[in-house]
Amino acid sequence: MDLKAITKTARDTIKKYNRDHSQIIAILQDIQGVYNYLPKEALSVISEEMDVPLSRVYEIATFYNSFSLKPRGKHMIEICAGTACHVQGAANILDRFERELGIKRGETTQDGLFTLEEVRCLGCCSLAAVVRLDGNIYPFVKQDDIPRILKKYKKQEVK
Amino acid sequence: MVNLTIDGRHIQAEEGSTLLSAARANGIEIPTLCHHEALMPTGSCRMCVVEVSKGGRTRIVTSCIYLAEEGLQVNTKSQRVQEVRKLVLQLLMARCPESEVVREVAKEMGVNPEPRFKTSKDKGKCILCRLCVKACESIVGVSAIGLSGRGQTKKVGGPFMEAPQACIGCGSCVYICPTGHIVMEDDGKGHREIWGKTFNMAQCRTCGRYFAPLEQLSFISKATKVPLESLMVCTSCR
Repeated sequence: MDLKAITKTARDTIKKYNRDHSQIIAILQDIQGVYNYLPKEALSVISEEMDVPLSRVYEIATFYNSFSLKPRGKHMIEICAGTACHVQGAANILDRFERELGIKRGETTQDGLFTLEEVRCLGCCSLAAVVRLDGNIYPFVKQDDIPRILKKYKKQEVK
Repeated sequence: MVNLTIDGRHIQAEEGSTLLSAARANGIEIPTLCHHEALMPTGSCRMCVVEVSKGGRTRIVTSCIYLAEEGLQVNTKSQRVQEVRKLVLQLLMARCPESEVVREVAKEMGVNPEPRFKTSKDKGKCILCRLCVKACESIVGVSAIGLSGRGQTKKVGGPFMEAPQACIGCGSCVYICPTGHIVMEDDGKGHREIWGKTFNMAQCRTCGRYFAPLEQLSFISKATKVPLESLMVCTSCR
């Protein structure tokens, strides 16, 4: 990825928040919103521009699950593994996704299309088992639904 | 001044002082791992637990961050305290089976490892007390290292788990680490390695001994505005 673009994005975001130290998490969220992950260079820019030690920025970036330091796929698949979804077979659903995509949880497919993540309760237990794909909730998911769901996203790509 | 009782003894402590310092000032020993006079206490190792009671209610607190109160009854050796301390030690032993310091403390207190606690293999001797990080930040002032991740994967190290760029090789983290987790190696031929970073050592102008990393000296020179040249003498020749 373009280093200059990353530096510019980071600088602009920092400016947007007036270099406010208490807004570091918001700054990181905005940068992740652009790149889908936190590029290493962006963290260095934050550290330099805001006069915060790089070790502190790294501490924040690694503490929260929502931040990723590894590039993530275009589509984010989140399998709920909360209690209700677990009871409704979340483990099997996760297994099936892993097999269909040929990756393990936390990994990204080679074509950079999908990232598979296991998450805790999404807050809609009455719809268990739940899968969230790019923020869209798929309720009452069964193993056999999975190829169809994935197909829809793959088709989008071809167009 | 506040009046309190520790282990049945009436003690006067200055307002704002912690139970630990009040006890130690009066010769009452409380074991600690993460406590260091030079740094703000954070109560992370939980070794210094004591039982406090006031108004009929008793509870367990960490004495290194609990401030002395008027009329407080403190017990540093009660059955309950011993049990909590034993559990803390067993957990520390399970986390850091290699740590001699933890084993030593456990032996002194007659605590044996709990077989039910699975021992870790990848944690080294680190008990995550954060002393090194705090020393690097507030004493040295470079903040080269930090604790990244959380829970099971929490770990001490440089940013991105690489050799920290900001590190000046002073070794303060090594000296302050209570369990000896951080390794620093001097090869005696002018090189020091720490956190995966190699430093060139400066040679004392008088005795020729390699005494400090060049990077540390230039950091001191920059901070104190003393010319680097006059720092090139080791502490014993000064």
